[in-house]
Amino acid sequence: MDELAIEVKDLVKSFGKERVLDRLHLSIPKGIVYGLLGPNGAGKTTTVRILSTLLKPDGGHVKILGYDTEKHASEVRKRISLTGQYASVDEDLTGLENLVMLARLLGYPKKQAKERARELLEAFRLEDAAKRLVKNYSGGMRRRIDIAASIIVAPEILFLDEPTTGLDPESRNEVWEVIRAFVKGGTTVILTTQYLEEADQLADRIAVINRGKLIAEGTSNELKDSVGLSRLHITIVSEKDLNEAKKILEQKLTIEVQIEGMTLSAQVNNPSLVASALGELANRQIEITDFSLGRPTLDEAFLNLTSDSIGGVEG
Amino acid sequence: MSHEMDHTRLQRVISGVKRPENPSMLQATLAFSSRALIKIKHVPEQMFDVTVFPIIFLMMFTYLFGGALSGSATEYLQYLLPGILVMTVIQITMYTGTELNNDIRKGIFDRFKTLPIWLPSTLVGSLLVDVIRYSIAMTIMISLGFILGFRPDGGVVGVSLAVVTILVFSFCFSWIWTTLGILMRSEKSIMMASMMVIFPLTFISNVFVDPETLPGWLQVRSDKSDLFTDYGCSRINARNSNLTRSYLSNGSCSHSFHHLCTTYNVLI
Ligand SMILES: Nc1ncnc2c1ncn2[C@@H]1O[C@H](COP(=O)(O)OP(=O)(O)OP(=O)(O)O)[C@@H](O)[C@H]1O
Ligand SMILES: [Mg+2]
Repeated sequence: MDELAIEVKDLVKSFGKERVLDRLHLSIPKGIVYGLLGPNGAGKTTTVRILSTLLKPDGGHVKILGYDTEKHASEVRKRISLTGQYASVDEDLTGLENLVMLARLLGYPKKQAKERARELLEAFRLEDAAKRLVKNYSGGMRRRIDIAASIIVAPEILFLDEPTTGLDPESRNEVWEVIRAFVKGGTTVILTTQYLEEADQLADRIAVINRGKLIAEGTSNELKDSVGLSRLHITIVSEKDLNEAKKILEQKLTIEVQIEGMTLSAQVNNPSLVASALGELANRQIEITDFSLGRPTLDEAFLNLTSDSIGGVEG
Repeated sequence: MSHEMDHTRLQRVISGVKRPENPSMLQATLAFSSRALIKIKHVPEQMFDVTVFPIIFLMMFTYLFGGALSGSATEYLQYLLPGILVMTVIQITMYTGTELNNDIRKGIFDRFKTLPIWLPSTLVGSLLVDVIRYSIAMTIMISLGFILGFRPDGGVVGVSLAVVTILVFSFCFSWIWTTLGILMRSEKSIMMASMMVIFPLTFISNVFVDPETLPGWLQVRSDKSDLFTDYGCSRINARNSNLTRSYLSNGSCSHSFHHLCTTYNVLI
């Protein structure tokens, strides 16, 4: 009956006078990757800590798989697992020792704890590093052991707080593959990230958070759509033409044009006018090297959304 | 290709895993004890302060101050050893508090909090390993003391009682640091706090000199403090087997243990 993995209503949290979460609403279906996207200090970690019962909200309520996080914390904890943004295993222990210790703390007898630890190390391709101290692991290995430690008992919901921050592209891809495998296996993954690309690639749905407020929610396509149907990019050859080109575009398309390097970009409300604008540029002998008309990148969507919300707060 | 292989391998380790029954209090405590023991195994140097330091201290004070304070080193040793025993052990009580502070700051404590365990086992486990540390330190010091000529009036019984008193007292005392470990910003601030408390108290207590030689206002304070009572009673135990005062001090520290346990639960 309950199709939602997570239901958050009116979530409020303050630290001192600073309101970190401001009436946050989220509905997260089961079996997907859900991305919490936001810049530094947006409140992502705070949200994840509340959802995983580590922090008490000041207001509102949270249901995880139908259980209230405050009233039924232990039921919730049986079904979730968290890989924190910071150390979530003991750096002064080896990978194997960490997993064995955590397996024992989850209730495995000593022998089974060792078996389970070895099984996980193998699945995460860490057998060779099993007997090395975690503090000597590379960033990618470090993240893999963090995640392995979170799935000793497979959770229904896995929270990953910025799992790829600071990783090189190859290690990042490895973590992405791990996440994809989990979701195929039926786990719901809640992922926080500052990277739009990551949310775009990985998340089935995305919530954009800024300053503790939910400012947009949907699939990455929906978010791009919500910002404007089409986005025009024109790159020209000669710098001296920049201002003239800008003027022409603004006249023809009656829109505001941004300049970045040699590229002019603008949100286009009426794509049919673009052809005549291009014609005019040709008439004035402004040479173009690159041209595109299409949907905004998630980057643009994000910038647009977050700057709107800042304007909203201040204005 | 290899991605497909990874996928099936990863899916296999998460599927069909049955959740075991939650661990008992004892199992959880033992898991945390073995964590502390493993750390000693990886960094044996951390045992210096329960092995090498006590030896240096004892030798240094005996031969450096012995002549000046009591006329002869052996004579001063009779007075010094019980006190320096307590002093050394008290310094070790900070371990678990600073470790806890580390765990909280670095974030691993978050993971412990989501585990289905009796949470104080994180502390009790490593405090039990601390008891091993205390015992090693005391064994070394008492043995060395004997070699240097320490002859307690209380005999074997007196010394054993003194050792037990110190163990219980230290176990209780370490809860102060674990509480600070939760409250304080960094392990450095805990060290500072403990230095500020332990150092002056050690010197104005009767560890090194008889309090009767101190100015009046200091003597009054030393009568009232648990720490001093304990210095005093370990000395009395060792020399005269006088038990009354030791019970007094244990009574008050188990009281404070209880108190701190409650605070601890509230804080977490
Ligand atoms: N324990 C705390 N005490 C006081 N303020 C806090 C605490 N934890 C977080 N904050 C504040 O709350 C705000 C949101 O922090 P949070 O860690 O949730 O952001 P975030 O989105 O995870 O950022 P980042 O991308 O840097 O990890 C920040 O302004 C932070 O300073
Ligand atoms: Mg964060």
